[in-house]
Amino acid sequence: MARLLTLMLNGRKRVDAVADNLLLLDYLRESLRLTGTKTGCDGGECGACTVLVDDRPRLSCLTLAASCEGRRVETVEGLAEGGRLAPVQQGFHEKLGAQCGYCTPGLIMASEGLLRRSGDPSETEIREALASNICRCTGYVKIIEAVQHAARLRAGGETR
Amino acid sequence: MEALPEFELLRPRTLAEAVDARAADPAARLLGGGTDLVVNIRRGIEAPGRLIDLTGVAELMTIKADAQALELGASVSLADLAANEAVRAHYPALAEAAASIAGPTHREMGTVGGNLCLDTRCIYYNQSDWWRAANHNCLKTTGQMCHVAPKSRGVCFATFSGDLAPALLVLGAEIELVGPAGARLLPLGELYIGHARHDGSGGDGKRYLSLRPGEIVTRVRVRAAPGLRSAYDKIRIRRSIEYPVAGVAAALKREGGVLADLRLAFTGTNPRPVLLAGTEKLCGGALDDRVFAGLDALVRDQVMAMKTTFTPGHYRRRVAGVLAKRLVTRLFAAG
Repeated sequence: MARLLTLMLNGRKRVDAVADNLLLLDYLRESLRLTGTKTGCDGGECGACTVLVDDRPRLSCLTLAASCEGRRVETVEGLAEGGRLAPVQQGFHEKLGAQCGYCTPGLIMASEGLLRRSGDPSETEIREALASNICRCTGYVKIIEAVQHAARLRAGGETR
Repeated sequence: MEALPEFELLRPRTLAEAVDARAADPAARLLGGGTDLVVNIRRGIEAPGRLIDLTGVAELMTIKADAQALELGASVSLADLAANEAVRAHYPALAEAAASIAGPTHREMGTVGGNLCLDTRCIYYNQSDWWRAANHNCLKTTGQMCHVAPKSRGVCFATFSGDLAPALLVLGAEIELVGPAGARLLPLGELYIGHARHDGSGGDGKRYLSLRPGEIVTRVRVRAAPGLRSAYDKIRIRRSIEYPVAGVAAALKREGGVLADLRLAFTGTNPRPVLLAGTEKLCGGALDDRVFAGLDALVRDQVMAMKTTFTPGHYRRRVAGVLAKRLVTRLFAAG
């Protein structure tokens, strides 16, 4: 079975024909060639495929594209504006929150979800909000610093 | 993992539409957040021809909670439940259980109904197609034998591991089921029919829910008991994402120095969530070694955990008992 799916993707309205059994992850990567969202464990255990749906993080590997009808879906490609990195990306860049980079898009989207609902999160809040995302390189310390830095950048304060 | 098999997705907007869709095809599977069902479909464990997505049914997405009563819709997300101030204040075991499930992104997706109806899990079941085939498929799928309990004589011992059920059991919850024949209320404990040693049903244990064909879990109701303190805790291999090694919900009343009421429920140990029987015999006195020795005996008798990838069954039973003792001690001492 298939249907026409209407959604807001990275701020733009899209209408696409999708099969009922198409995963959001495959819709993004295979149909739209938005390969910033990564396929990691492919079973809901690693968080590499995290995207935002209506501002809240979701695992795109376990979400059906057709379930996103009428919703706002955002991927890492949608964060930068006018060629400038978004604060959360800038934070990861400046504080070395990425090493191999595979988990980074998922961690950035989970962090963006956190910062949208809590502008000045504590370290505990950051750790809890990122607990669905696994990184095998960094040991998480630089990631937490990156999110703290991003929170300051978002608030328009100091930049280093 | 495998690509998803073909299926039709229905997205009802009202409960009436959902009930009609379910009645028309009782083999259809209900979809909440998909954090369990979609994984199982991807692993080839099941291949339903039709999915009914309940997350668009607005009337199932409400939380009504105050000091007297709680009513939860089945499509409420676990994140919203864990964050609800009234639930945290008046039904702490439930809020703590919700906050402990998987990780934060899973909780944004997972729903109350999905967690209550969570498929039972086993080291021989939650595996890829080829793994299961290479290990002679277990009883819960197409095999002839329960590999985790080879002496079970044709009874499945896969473990129920939802976290909300034990918390709701100690709070005395009821659930509302709606089906083609209308709505009915059921004490939550009667939803679960997975194998229990004291239960002479003689079934194969593969059916773990008492839902009738076409029925949907729609709401959960709790009437608050004055003076009842409650809490939830669990042990996991790591503090996020993992299913519980063992989970325990406790609720008790203290009157002066006397333990006046005690309820304990376990998850991650048996084919159904276990509301410990016999705790009333431990009440009526101080919280002393007699109570803990009695508690130990009840846990040994009624909690029968199987091995997992990481832990042998006897370890899980021991930590269940230790967690129960810690929770009871903490709740009794609190304020």
